[in-house]
Amino acid sequence: MTYLIGLIPALPLLGFLILALAGKLLPKKAVAFIGVGSVSLSALITIYVGWHYLSDLKEGNDITATIYTWVSAGTFTADISFVLDSLSLVFCFVITFVGALIHLYSVEFMRHEDGFSRYFAYMNLFVGSMLILVLAGNLLLLYFGWEGVGLCSYLLISFWYKVPEFGYAGRKAFIVTRIGDTAMLIGLFLLFVSFGTMDIKELMQGVADKWNQGSPLAVISALLLLGGAIGKSAQLPLQTWLPDAMAGPSPVSALIHAATMVTAGVYLIARTHVLFSLSPLVMHIVAIIGALTLLLAGFSALAQTDLKRVLAYSTISQIGYMFLAMGIGAWSAAIFHFMIHAFFKALLFLSGGAVIHLLNDEHDIFKMGGLRKKMPVVFITFLIGGASLSALPLITAGFYSKDQILWFGWSAVGSTPWLWLAGIIGALVTSIYTFRLIFITFFGETGPEPEHKAGAFINIPIITLAVLSLAGGFIEMPENMAPVQVFSGFLHKIFPAISLADEAHSELIFQFLSAVVSLTGIWIAFRFFNRESAFGSSFRNSRLNNFFLAGWGFDRIYDVLFVKPVVWLSQIDQKDIIDLIYKYIAAGTTFFHLLISKTQNGKLRWYALAFSVGIVLLLAFMILL
Amino acid sequence: MVTVSMEIQILVASLLFVIGLVGFLVRRNIIFMLMSIEIMLNSAALVFIIAGSHWMQADGQVMFIFILAVSAAEVSVGLALILQMYHHFKTLDADALNKLRDEKTKPNQ
Repeated sequence: MTYLIGLIPALPLLGFLILALAGKLLPKKAVAFIGVGSVSLSALITIYVGWHYLSDLKEGNDITATIYTWVSAGTFTADISFVLDSLSLVFCFVITFVGALIHLYSVEFMRHEDGFSRYFAYMNLFVGSMLILVLAGNLLLLYFGWEGVGLCSYLLISFWYKVPEFGYAGRKAFIVTRIGDTAMLIGLFLLFVSFGTMDIKELMQGVADKWNQGSPLAVISALLLLGGAIGKSAQLPLQTWLPDAMAGPSPVSALIHAATMVTAGVYLIARTHVLFSLSPLVMHIVAIIGALTLLLAGFSALAQTDLKRVLAYSTISQIGYMFLAMGIGAWSAAIFHFMIHAFFKALLFLSGGAVIHLLNDEHDIFKMGGLRKKMPVVFITFLIGGASLSALPLITAGFYSKDQILWFGWSAVGSTPWLWLAGIIGALVTSIYTFRLIFITFFGETGPEPEHKAGAFINIPIITLAVLSLAGGFIEMPENMAPVQVFSGFLHKIFPAISLADEAHSELIFQFLSAVVSLTGIWIAFRFFNRESAFGSSFRNSRLNNFFLAGWGFDRIYDVLFVKPVVWLSQIDQKDIIDLIYKYIAAGTTFFHLLISKTQNGKLRWYALAFSVGIVLLLAFMILL
Repeated sequence: MVTVSMEIQILVASLLFVIGLVGFLVRRNIIFMLMSIEIMLNSAALVFIIAGSHWMQADGQVMFIFILAVSAAEVSVGLALILQMYHHFKTLDADALNKLRDEKTKPNQ
């Protein structure tokens, strides 16, 4: 059992090693077999291990698998150890299962690309790093996985490295997340200095025992960890890298957005929730960041014309919901939304990627249209994903997960009506931009003919994910609807129960409200953002649209604030300003040397003259003084 | 016998020295330079004579004999060197012999 846990991250890493070392020698079929097989196998192992874990759940123990001692110095030890508890099991399941489907999809998507084996090597490393991250028993190993994920995101975003913009997007993702990583690393140092251990369980125990509510150290280290989470999860103010990360192939976007990378920040906060709970201030900041981000990204998505950028902004927005939920203490609601989001967002990226792929790399949604009839499977699955994203009531999984967050946003002790209001406006915007996307892409006049047909490797993953996007919600129903709360029951050993405010409103009103909001959004999208509507086309030419299109101008602000000054400084320093001092010292010395060496001209009479003048001067000096 | 005051005597010696010095500085011919050195030596020797006669001491004249001997030796060495120099460089110009100077930029022409 324990060594099976070690196998979960080891298999994708083994796949990476084989593909990286021998990938060029292998035929494409073997590459695909290894790439997909390693992740699928670890998905099967995860399911097996999870099933065993669930049957022993009554004891509620987590299973630790220590592979070997990584660092041992004095009293400090850090093991390569993997800890399986219900939180990491949920993440493992999503990463391996969704990851395997994405890998399967990639086989067809990337079939005609150069660097087929390179692609699968990176993808396997990506999944392996993320698994290390979520299974790590100590923060050092977690950080290792964290950096591995960052590296792979860079490699995959700039996968088509021959296009300079794609390379730029990769570097941007790497550098922007690095800002957060640095904060996180300092936070880890702070925790280590305070407790002398990196083991997560010991650390959290120590934090709970030694630090008081709201103690400055707890606040500072929580803030620093939050910085790391913001960078990886693309939250305000470090969200700018994610829309540009669309430069990578669509399956990569699906992997980054659904299973790996952006959810790492959510995982980090959930994993160290003891620390965050100690400082209500930081919790509130988390919630506010989530609320602001979800609004900002939602409105930005409203103006995008690139299919993938709409989805990118929707990811930022949905992660904002998770942050909001965590900030108000609704931990299991956040993790539940993470899981459902992984299903429908992977689905949206894969079927959206299929649209782009089948239309020969057409990204502009206004050049599509009328695709409903031409690719029915893709259309229906995309519709299901979109419905789940916009929380269409009762039938979609997104409704159950988002409704839970909105309900807690109103009723939880740590929340304020403002946060709830942000959430409900965000929900409205979400369903507007989602169905704007669907109406423009799939309905309306007849667009271009698709050049290929989707094969089985594209259809199987998107159909599976579509089923999950609908059915996934039924494992966690609102209490007033059905007594099915599998998910929160599964996680309640880890997370403290959320405390609700005293005045009990009826949850039914809020469910009704979010249902109405979702349907209203669809109606608005149908009425105003239709391809033919006058409002839509006049909005597209408005300044507000350009403002949203540019992501609220964050890129420009950062360009003026950080990029330009740095470029300016480095251009000045290109001439090595500091070195100029030494250059002038050297030049001065040489100058005086040459001046004096002129007197050494080998002329005897010149020497004699200098000699006599010297004596005369000396004598004059002696006589006068 | 006419007595001349000591100031005049020293003035004559100094004039002699300055003539020697100026001759040394302005002449380029090395033989003339050697002769100028002799004049300077002799002006110094003259000061010894003056001092000896002023204080009625024989030391001054003794010193003069010494200087005479030294200058004779010096001239013989100097003339020998000049001969060698002429032999080597086919010139008596002292300024042509500036091979000891600091070579700045170009090593050799």
